[in-house]
Amino acid sequence: MAINISKLLLKKKQQLIEQWMQNQLSSDALREDLITNDDLRAQSEELVDVLINNISDAGHIDEESEQFETVAEILGGISIMRARQGFTPRETGLFIFGLKDALLSMLKEELKNDAGKLYEVTLNVSRIMDSLSISTFETYIKGREEVILRQMDEISDISTPVIRVWDGILALPLIGTLDSARTQVVMENLLQEIVATESNTAILDISGVPTVDSLVAQHLIKTVSATRLMGAECIISGIRPEIAQTIVHLGIDLSNIITKSTMASALQYALKAQRLEVRSMVTTAKL
Amino acid sequence: MDRIPILKMGPFLLVTIQVDLYDRIALNLESDLVQMVSKTNAKGVLIDISAVAIVDSFMGRILGNIASISRIMDAHTVVVGMQPAVAITLVELGLPLTGVYTALNVEKGMELLHKKVVDVDDLNYVQDDSPE
Amino acid sequence: MFRMIALNKEKFSIEREQDVVMFRNRVKEHAVKIKMGLVNQTKLLTAASELVRNMLRYAQKGEVIIETVAEGRNNGVRLCFIDKGPGIADIAKAMQDGYTTSVTKSLGLGLPGTKRLVNIFDLKSEVGKGTTVTITKWANG
Repeated sequence: MAINISKLLLKKKQQLIEQWMQNQLSSDALREDLITNDDLRAQSEELVDVLINNISDAGHIDEESEQFETVAEILGGISIMRARQGFTPRETGLFIFGLKDALLSMLKEELKNDAGKLYEVTLNVSRIMDSLSISTFETYIKGREEVILRQMDEISDISTPVIRVWDGILALPLIGTLDSARTQVVMENLLQEIVATESNTAILDISGVPTVDSLVAQHLIKTVSATRLMGAECIISGIRPEIAQTIVHLGIDLSNIITKSTMASALQYALKAQRLEVRSMVTTAKL
Repeated sequence: MDRIPILKMGPFLLVTIQVDLYDRIALNLESDLVQMVSKTNAKGVLIDISAVAIVDSFMGRILGNIASISRIMDAHTVVVGMQPAVAITLVELGLPLTGVYTALNVEKGMELLHKKVVDVDDLNYVQDDSPE
Repeated sequence: MFRMIALNKEKFSIEREQDVVMFRNRVKEHAVKIKMGLVNQTKLLTAASELVRNMLRYAQKGEVIIETVAEGRNNGVRLCFIDKGPGIADIAKAMQDGYTTSVTKSLGLGLPGTKRLVNIFDLKSEVGKGTTVTITKWANG
């Protein structure tokens, strides 16, 4: 007896959804803290609908076909949303497997008298569901990558503050690693602030930069050069003794750059350049 | 417009560049400036590039030339108003711009020039390099 | 992993200095459209300026193709400078950094510097036949 899987699923849609929901609600992977049961049901229904609309009579979807594209797209949307909500990839994978289980047990019931057919259909359905499951992992990863990129931007914003220490003197405490992308951002911010505040000196403090290798040194040198090109000066401060050693051992030439070990001495230098100095106040007793 | 206007500001000359410097204009600027330095006995030249968005090696050469020529005629050159993006690009390009002083704006440029000028009348040698 | 695909192709004929202004503006428009930041724009336009000057100086005229390209998530601008000029005899030497030569004395092509300003740089040249330089600058990075 020939069986039309597509028609069957359409007829038994509600039953399928109920079975799946039951599987999910009784599963350990249920995350009521991340999604309400109503939303979960809506998500599940959406997936079942698109699956039914695109599955063939034999219970098969060609992975190169437009039908597969359609299902994968809907699934992709669900997967990305779950990733953003904080679901682990395993949880989303189990979400798909719950549907697979419900689907297969329903087919077993329908085809219990036709072992051959049941086997064939089970294979087809398993193949599709496994493939969809893999694509959920792929979209999960993509979703998390977007979160990482966004966080990187935010970190980058926080960690490059420019401080107006005094009239004409800016300080930039650098925290974290200095790569070329970040250096460009730091340089741009610094130079724009110099123009805006009409400052003469910028102090770049690197005590928060963990390692200084040739590449980082190059970035620092470029920053100093750019500052000088614009008519201001840039002092590097916060050089730890180990860093100084590394720099010499690497053969990096910093002889054209003004370096100070502490922010305080850098500040003193900058003030002196503006003919300013810090003195303790002398109070005279009034008689 | 073929020639860039040159303004006299006391003992200094001010040039504001607002157009793309192409061969003809650049050479005219060079010769016009030299003539003016000589005629006015200027002690300094300020070149304002705050409106210049692109400085390539050609422009860099022109600025360097102007600085060298003026120096021979006893005038210092200060380039002012360089845009941050331009400074970053020039560093990457590897353009050293030697012999050219720079300042953030015209005001600071004039301050710099005043410090570098030798006042022959009073024989007051005023020179201020970076502090030790 | 991703192939580079090109969109929006435009061809420009460069014969006189005046053509350069229009060319630069179009490059800038392409860059702005893909949301390229100011520093990257400046680097791209400066590189373009160097190359188009070389073209005018040594070959008197040539063509530039401007394309917006995309590779994976990256969007960029690709410029291809094609001339039928004298060609470069010693490419290796032209690509050497001449930091020691002063800018005022340098008669070089400024190629190593230009290469540093962009993400992808490709040079093909044959003496007597011409030169083709292709540069690509990503909107980010």
